[in-house]
Amino acid sequence: MRARGWALVTALLVVAILFPLYWAVIASFTPDSRLFASPSLVPRALVLDHYRALFGGRDFWTPVRNSLVVAGATTVLSVGLGGICAYALARLRFRGKAPVLAFVLAVSMFPQMSIVSPLYLLLRELRLLNTYPGLVLPYLTFAMPLTIWLLVGFFRQLPPELEEAGLMDGAGRLRTLWEIVLPLSWPGLATSAILTFLYSWNEFLFALSFTLGPERYTVPVAITLFRGQYQVPWGQILAAAVVATVPVAAIVLVAERRIVAGLTSGAVKG
Amino acid sequence: MTASPRPAGASWRRSETRLGWALALPALGVIGLVALFPILWTFWESLHLHDLRMPWLGRPFIGAANYVEALSDGRFWNALANTAAFAGVAVTLELVGGLVLALALHRVSRAGRLVRTAVLLPWAIPTVVAALVWRFMFESPAGLATGVLERLGATPPTWFADALAAWVPLVLADVWKTTPFVALLLLAGLQTIDRSLYEAADVDGAGPWRQFLEITLPLLRPALVVAVLFRALDAFRVFDIVYVMTGGGPGTATESIALYTFSTLLRNLRFGFGSALSVIVFAVAFLCALAGIRMFGASAFQDRSA
Repeated sequence: MRARGWALVTALLVVAILFPLYWAVIASFTPDSRLFASPSLVPRALVLDHYRALFGGRDFWTPVRNSLVVAGATTVLSVGLGGICAYALARLRFRGKAPVLAFVLAVSMFPQMSIVSPLYLLLRELRLLNTYPGLVLPYLTFAMPLTIWLLVGFFRQLPPELEEAGLMDGAGRLRTLWEIVLPLSWPGLATSAILTFLYSWNEFLFALSFTLGPERYTVPVAITLFRGQYQVPWGQILAAAVVATVPVAAIVLVAERRIVAGLTSGAVKG
Repeated sequence: MTASPRPAGASWRRSETRLGWALALPALGVIGLVALFPILWTFWESLHLHDLRMPWLGRPFIGAANYVEALSDGRFWNALANTAAFAGVAVTLELVGGLVLALALHRVSRAGRLVRTAVLLPWAIPTVVAALVWRFMFESPAGLATGVLERLGATPPTWFADALAAWVPLVLADVWKTTPFVALLLLAGLQTIDRSLYEAADVDGAGPWRQFLEITLPLLRPALVVAVLFRALDAFRVFDIVYVMTGGGPGTATESIALYTFSTLLRNLRFGFGSALSVIVFAVAFLCALAGIRMFGASAFQDRSA
């Protein structure tokens, strides 16, 4: 009886969670003339108009490509450099480790807004406004601490015996890292890569501040700045929202366990 | 921690130190360049008059004048009060909702892959998308929320034109987006509680409510503290949702401190004053985090980094 009660609560909450997404998907296939006419749970007259307009007239491919490039580059850089740094912090014994870890944690709590002004001036000085590096560099402010923090936790859990065996055999630290640690690390690296990619794909404030024109807008910025001639083009906006959600939903479906583990293992920001 | 097989001789330790720093430095250098250096620059900038629309004024040093201006600025206090109220209400709702969701997921032993995916989705999608979807549902005069309320016989407000009603979709969108994250943190906490405690309580005849109050809540405290801390820090810098849903309107009725800072910087191009606002945001967030950790979090954080 009680178990059934909890199952009912779960079902209700899941419906409440999914409903807005369902509503948006339905609306994205509904002609503009019917969008606000007698809302109904079961869709009638589904059309592809909004998606056609999105990839035809609006050229939504450009923001999708921009987002992929920026999120991809951020992920590669932060997992690469951050992974090496995390290994050193987790496994090597050297002075100054503890303060460095505290520093990384502190940086991960920085409000993004508090560094927008100097980053804007810096990127302007370097002529990097409205460029890919001009987004990737700012994105590293949250991606790098996130990766380091996650991977330090991961490397600490790896059994040290294997590395010790490698070191005993006379392989240097670097060769041990490359030949023994790296093949064991892919679950941790994958988790960090997934989280970094999601955060970068979703990021809004930096992208809004450091891009100047539609040729460099990322997906969130492009959707937000959609304008219609006479009214808000809701059909296209929601179609774009669906397009922005599909890759995220795919990643979540494939990697939900990994994501939950990553989110709850390190003290990670949401 | 790391038991190394080699003798801890001085030369070995020196080479280990050198290698450690060599491996750590590239990443730390990047963090220094894009995070530490900018935050110091923000502070320095906040002590200057710097208006990009008036380059002929140059960038004179004016001491604390920007801070004095902020403290006597009604719009600043309005934004600060809005942000605090939003954070208070939203985080409370998220905590209650997250706790219910976590308990439900914990009890339903076979919460399958699809349920977990559904729960993760709001957390994973772009905040901007969540905000747009909720704005669509609250559009006046013919959006879903209005339609449903009318069918129930109520007179719904014109949501985004009403200084008070505009908060409803804002808070709902934030609660919808972040409650799953809270639930996951709490679920991880629930899973660490020893089941035998409940069995013992059953034997003693303690009802479910007493078990919840005397076993679940106290043992869940570390997870609750972490969830509150992260959510509060996040809610305090709320930007995306407000920018997309209300733009701070009507007037400045829903303007958050981050949104006010953003318009000062990138609409009005007042970099000196905007930087002062940034520093205040940073300082408040930092102090809240410190206070939170000091008050009840220290043990929670030690557990997590062990």
